[in-house]
Amino acid sequence: MRVALFVTCVNDTLFPGTGQAVVTLLRRLGCDVDFPTAQTCCGQMHLNTGYLAEGRRLARHFADVFAGYDAVVVPSGSCAAMVREQYPKLARAASGGHGGHGGHETGGGPVPSGAAGGYEPRAGEPAPPAGESAEAGPRVYELSEFLLDVLGAEDVGAYFPHRVTYHPTCHSLRGLRLGDRPLRLLERVRGLELVPLPESEECCGFGGTFAVKNPAVSAAMCADKVRNIMDTGAEVVCATDNSCLMHIGGTLRRQRTGVRTMHLAEILAATEDPAGTAAAGAARGVAEDAATTAGEDGAVTRDDGAVTGEDGR
Amino acid sequence: MSGNAAFLGMPAFPRNAAAAVQDSQLRFNLRKATRTIRGRRASVVAELPDWAELRAAGRQIKDHTLRNLDRYLLQLEEAVTAAGGHVHWAADAAEANRIVTGLVRATGETSVVKVKSMATQEIGLNEALGRAGVTAYETDLAELIVQLGDDWPSHILVPAIHRNRSEIREIFRAKMAAWGRPAPGELTDDPRALAEAARLHLRERFLSTKVAISGANFMIAETGTLVVLESEGNGRMCLTLPETLISVVGIEKLLPTWRDLEVFLQLLPRSSTGERMNPYTSTWTGAAEGQEFHLVLLDNGRTRVLADEVGRQALRCIRCSACLNVCPVYERAGGHAYGSVYPGPIGAILTPQLRGMASELDASLPYASSLCGACFDVCPVAIDIPEVLVHLRGKARHPRAERLGMRAAGWVFDRPARLAGAQRLAGRLRRFVPGRLPGPLAAWTDTRDLPDIPAESFRDWWNRTNGGTR
Amino acid sequence: MSGGKERILARIRAAVAGAPDVEITRVYRTTRDLPGAVELFAERVADYRAAVHVVAEAEATATITAALAGRGAVRVVIPAGLPPEWTPPEPVADDPPLSAAELDAVDGVITGCAVAIAETGTIVLDAGPGQGRRALTLVPDYHLCVVRADQIVADVPDAVGRLDPARPLTWISGPSATSDIELNRVEGVHGPRVLEVIVVR
Repeated sequence: MRVALFVTCVNDTLFPGTGQAVVTLLRRLGCDVDFPTAQTCCGQMHLNTGYLAEGRRLARHFADVFAGYDAVVVPSGSCAAMVREQYPKLARAASGGHGGHGGHETGGGPVPSGAAGGYEPRAGEPAPPAGESAEAGPRVYELSEFLLDVLGAEDVGAYFPHRVTYHPTCHSLRGLRLGDRPLRLLERVRGLELVPLPESEECCGFGGTFAVKNPAVSAAMCADKVRNIMDTGAEVVCATDNSCLMHIGGTLRRQRTGVRTMHLAEILAATEDPAGTAAAGAARGVAEDAATTAGEDGAVTRDDGAVTGEDGR
Repeated sequence: MSGNAAFLGMPAFPRNAAAAVQDSQLRFNLRKATRTIRGRRASVVAELPDWAELRAAGRQIKDHTLRNLDRYLLQLEEAVTAAGGHVHWAADAAEANRIVTGLVRATGETSVVKVKSMATQEIGLNEALGRAGVTAYETDLAELIVQLGDDWPSHILVPAIHRNRSEIREIFRAKMAAWGRPAPGELTDDPRALAEAARLHLRERFLSTKVAISGANFMIAETGTLVVLESEGNGRMCLTLPETLISVVGIEKLLPTWRDLEVFLQLLPRSSTGERMNPYTSTWTGAAEGQEFHLVLLDNGRTRVLADEVGRQALRCIRCSACLNVCPVYERAGGHAYGSVYPGPIGAILTPQLRGMASELDASLPYASSLCGACFDVCPVAIDIPEVLVHLRGKARHPRAERLGMRAAGWVFDRPARLAGAQRLAGRLRRFVPGRLPGPLAAWTDTRDLPDIPAESFRDWWNRTNGGTR
Repeated sequence: MSGGKERILARIRAAVAGAPDVEITRVYRTTRDLPGAVELFAERVADYRAAVHVVAEAEATATITAALAGRGAVRVVIPAGLPPEWTPPEPVADDPPLSAAELDAVDGVITGCAVAIAETGTIVLDAGPGQGRRALTLVPDYHLCVVRADQIVADVPDAVGRLDPARPLTWISGPSATSDIELNRVEGVHGPRVLEVIVVR
């Protein structure tokens, strides 16, 4: 199966280990992974902050880049939700569709029917009716959806002997309705002890530019999230979005808690085979160095494999 | 207190919220209250196997009504008039206040009792009546607490949600005497004792006041019926005992048919107080039991909201406040930070549409959300609040520094080569990134560390290793 | 005043011009038979902390007498048209209509109802015979309501369908209550603080 990886701009720039982990994982499961290098950003930051012109441009760029693929895998619930849930709304708005259909009912299962194509009619083109356009382009899957719904792989052969708690990010929970997919995957990881996170469905307070536009509330939300994480006694907090984890992890590090953040892909890519683990980007230094890095601010590196403990600050 | 005048000149939401976050008593009160009601709502909603279908019908009925609002309003007017009531139309707050003040004056009375009503708070009716020498007495327990405390409402359903029992006891002891019957001398902070004090304080007033002012939860176009849901019985007192009843109702509160109530009388109580049914619902048509009845239909910005194809869904709102109770931002910022009688997520989309976004405060409201989506999930009429928030953000004025930053980011993302260049630059400079960032970005590093910037981006790794194969 | 009307209507027409209409699909549960409706109704009324008795028709009078005695209710108002077997020996009639102050001075009121709803534990009064004007069940502190089993419907849609919107309706679900103080439910504010329901089979 020919799969395109949309790594997302955040992962590309700040968390390459996550992208590497996805590549390792999908290859291990027999997929032919391509990374279209023309990709940049889904436009979420611009669109959600009110910069429609830039956001629309990036949405169109996304559609152009991924038009030729059967499936696009995204290691981010938030970016997958943007493409699948928000792009069709952009299309409706652009086509002059009248209101009154703003609310779709919740409660249904997650059907990855969203697509990259047809998000917006080009000038002079007839506007595609809402819904139909969704079938035109490739299907966009968040990683856990792709693993379970497409590959049917609950046990991905991972080994990760640590105490882990899982934070369902808002867009994976309420946008994509991932349900228990990530938990089912984590439960099959050998050696992993999964501990439930109290008040897990509460937003961590990241919210993109919300984190800097409303810093007091954002920090207060994260303080509660961190308290709940600490109450679990977990070594690692895992999620499907590195953006939220950057916010949670930044607070965990500032408070010198010793609890580390890891993307779901990095845990699923980890194996008993040290080579395999290294190829997975060493999961931010956890596999080799969990004990020694804990509690040392800055000692956990997000580089590919090298646990250096360097700290420029 | 209520009314828009009270909120004039308030700072933007982030500053109000930052102050509220520091108020540990407020945080404690809000957390306790919202979590209690959240649990109650979830359990009674789960009881109904057809909640999703009711929610869909609720949304459709409201959308259909809004699409045909002119026709249904005329039908309503005809039905109310035929049943002996009088209908008035108020294009804005000033006109509504003028109409109501004139109606009260015509009775010769100088006091009125009021049922809790968002619409009359929105237009600042109590203040307008006060200027005309008429005292308006709030009778809902929470509104009474707010009025006695010279305070503002901070929640749609429970306006005094920010007050705990001991604060309420102090307000009653200090202020009740100035407004009527004093609080009992031995008043404790037991909610039972506080409710009893309110009962005694208002009893004589209910039995003797000749004019009442209410809002309404629903109006039925087909029959001319108005509907008020409440809990305490203060509503029934006001609707039933006085000789004259004046109801001020937003034009969006309309439902086409009597039958439509079968949907909304299931959606509203369960979403609002988390009960299968609220203790009292009153319906009346025109001049009931010989009462003089006036209906004031209020626009005050609603037709402007209606003109916005995305934003108009906010007019579906039935004021249940479920979105407030699940909102993590509301829970920490409190209702006052929103600077409006409509706080919380619904306020963040309703206020900027009703008032416009000219003030700093109103322009900041669409950003008072992390877009977590919890509000949309619980909304009984499926208002996609995050969608409207984002839509309004697109219309808001943006700060200059942010505009420049966003334009620059857009430029970088437009071309993969630019992104790769920026990533390499960041990688080279990664040792020099300060622990505390300057300017607006300091808001991040005040409480959070920055992630370490990797030496190599994913795309550079992919290109260098041919996708990890060499 | 008509200026406001024309302005509002014109704004509405301009705002929705060209917008498509929306179809209403009523696929939620509507009229239905509910076995055990009496028991469910009694259970749901009790959930509101109202007293409930389910009795045979022959026991109605004795149950009413016992309920009034239990409350120490001597001066009890009755509406016109209350069945004689539900009427206490020396009732206070609302004829001529009692003033609010007079109503405030009685011990309680006995009424029937128009409809009752099992799923929500609600009784609905429509000011008809045996129910009286709305103030009767509002000002007295004790409301004893007699519900005939055949008046109990399954759910809200069944009730709405049976009721006449031209009449003033009062839907009552338990005693007066408030949750305004820390969202703690307290029964008894301005309406009757005690609601007692007798279901007659």
